[in-house]
Amino acid sequence: MPSESFLIGFVTGVILASVPLLIAAVGETISERSGVLNVGVEGMMLAGAYGGFSAALAFGNPSIGIALGGVAGVVVSLVMVLFCVRLGLDQIVVGIAVTLSMQGTTSLLHGAQYGTSYPRLDAMPTVPIPLLSSLPVLGPSLFTQPVVVYLAVLLIPLTGWILQRTRFGLNIRVAGEKPEALEAAGVNVVDVRTWTVLTCGCLSGIAGAYMSIVAAGTFVPFMTNGMGFIAIVIAMLGSGKPWRVLLAALVFGVAVSGATSLQLLGVVVPLDLVLMMPFVAVMLFLVVLGRRSSLPVALGQPYVRGSR
Amino acid sequence: MRSTKHGLDAVLRARRPRLAAVFGHALWAVSSLLLAVVASGVLLFALGRSPLAFYTDLVAAGIGQSFGLVDSVIRMGPLLLIAAGLAVAFRAGLWNLGADGQFLLAAAIVAGVAPSVQRAIPGLASIAILFLVGVAVGGAWSVLPAFLKSSYGMNEVITSLMMNFIGLGVANLLVKGPFVGPLLVQTNDIPELLPGILESRVHVGVIVAIAAVLVLHLLMSRTAFGVGLDVLGSNPRAAVHLGVDVAKLTMIAFVTSGGLVGLAAAIEILGVWGYMRADWNPGYGLLVIPLVFLARLNILAIVPFAALFGVISVGGQFATRRAGLPNDFSLVLVGLMLLAMLSTQVVAKKVSTASRPRFALPKRSFAATGETDA
Repeated sequence: MPSESFLIGFVTGVILASVPLLIAAVGETISERSGVLNVGVEGMMLAGAYGGFSAALAFGNPSIGIALGGVAGVVVSLVMVLFCVRLGLDQIVVGIAVTLSMQGTTSLLHGAQYGTSYPRLDAMPTVPIPLLSSLPVLGPSLFTQPVVVYLAVLLIPLTGWILQRTRFGLNIRVAGEKPEALEAAGVNVVDVRTWTVLTCGCLSGIAGAYMSIVAAGTFVPFMTNGMGFIAIVIAMLGSGKPWRVLLAALVFGVAVSGATSLQLLGVVVPLDLVLMMPFVAVMLFLVVLGRRSSLPVALGQPYVRGSR
Repeated sequence: MRSTKHGLDAVLRARRPRLAAVFGHALWAVSSLLLAVVASGVLLFALGRSPLAFYTDLVAAGIGQSFGLVDSVIRMGPLLLIAAGLAVAFRAGLWNLGADGQFLLAAAIVAGVAPSVQRAIPGLASIAILFLVGVAVGGAWSVLPAFLKSSYGMNEVITSLMMNFIGLGVANLLVKGPFVGPLLVQTNDIPELLPGILESRVHVGVIVAIAAVLVLHLLMSRTAFGVGLDVLGSNPRAAVHLGVDVAKLTMIAFVTSGGLVGLAAAIEILGVWGYMRADWNPGYGLLVIPLVFLARLNILAIVPFAALFGVISVGGQFATRRAGLPNDFSLVLVGLMLLAMLSTQVVAKKVSTASRPRFALPKRSFAATGETDA
């Protein structure tokens, strides 16, 4: 029977790994529902991680860091908006370009700014939930979190409500399924997709900032290490439904943190195995469940006004 | 979108480039490259480095001195093969973004088995076997994304990227585990490496790469296989009507792509290194993506661009070291090149009203993915 301290460490690790995946995957879900496959999430997360960390360091306030991480993500997503949504160019090429240039840029900026000092941030202050936080194991691990984690969980019902119950959500879904119909109804498809891509950029940036400010306490080049791509898979497996996205994010959170937990138990796991486990899990899931994931019909297709 | 009314004849006619078109493409490629160089120069300036000194260093190290020039020619070998591999996949409308994983795993296995293979079979035969090992490993590592794409219609962008991370991990585990030599982070030395051409450091692998690319060009431009790939890439629905077995062709294109990347790894290990070090990842798979598009997916046009990228790769390593920057500058340059190509393409489209420009980047329809899902 594993000890209580191990269980606390395990749950804490799962949350630390799941939250950024969850936030970014919700952003990707919104973008995908409107018909834009955002492969640039990885780059936007890195921009958020770097921008958020620098801001938190400069202002001495992690909350400002998280917020400005979101702003950094929005700034990067403007490239995606201009090239993919406004000019209707290939979403995959632009997504790859965004990811590559942000990987390089953040690494260079880090090298130039912190290359010799390697500054660290203090742990982000947590807010325990009354009563629940006094539970054994789950109290200290699950119900004592920074505010951003609670907000991330609230994002699930909020996104579900917007997508399913509001006029704007309906516009988003039609933009992804039948953009011509939306245009015929007098709604500007390009505007709808602009908002969804900016939202995705903001959420990706916040996800990255969470990784640097809360999870790691520092910025390391390439620190997102493919989590942006896993977020895309989570959005795919979630089939556009936020509750399923939460479930998938938790499953992959276990995959990301599971190997580390084994190390805590004293099982010797090579670092290379730890790093590749989540990707093995992704491939297994795709092989088993992939057939059932459904994507919007107009996903990946640029919309040019009046073309049809 | 090409018309399917005239069948294969129309496709073949559309594939023959005209001189004016070639000139137009060259102009587009050069302006895109210049735009990317200027844009990344702005970043260098923002970091407090002199862009002029950086690019002078790059050119000087890449072609200025004789050893730099030799290094650039050697570097061209793997870039050529990887670019050709990606072009095969891209022409079929398949995004093989898993080249780095295919490359590293093939490199690790070639380096790992080479000493024992060469003990058993000496001479040229061992080299041929090791080339085949590289091809087989690279091809095998692309089978899963290819299968998921052809059977479930699953987006290969994501699956091939995932296989990169797994390939990197497995390669490292192999090099640090079963293949580890007396030096704890690398494999045993390979006794017999590729011979040099005319007593120079340029090894015969470069010739093998060029020969492979020429054969591939003939295959792509003169055979039904090549036409089938192009039809699949430009219009999957038309491919079905022309009687192309889409699932089978998807598998073949993807595995050929991975195989060429694996051959690149074998040449790099047997020609340059003679061993594989753990955590080594040159990232060629990402570097060549803009190269493939600059060549407009034309296999022959890859040769001059691979030479150019060899210079950029070798010279860039030196220039970033001189500037005291991490080597990741090349990622910025590559990303900006892609964006620059897209921008110049938009401008070219706006400018040319008389002739309809052909798109450099594959216009693929994701509707095809949706169809197989439904």
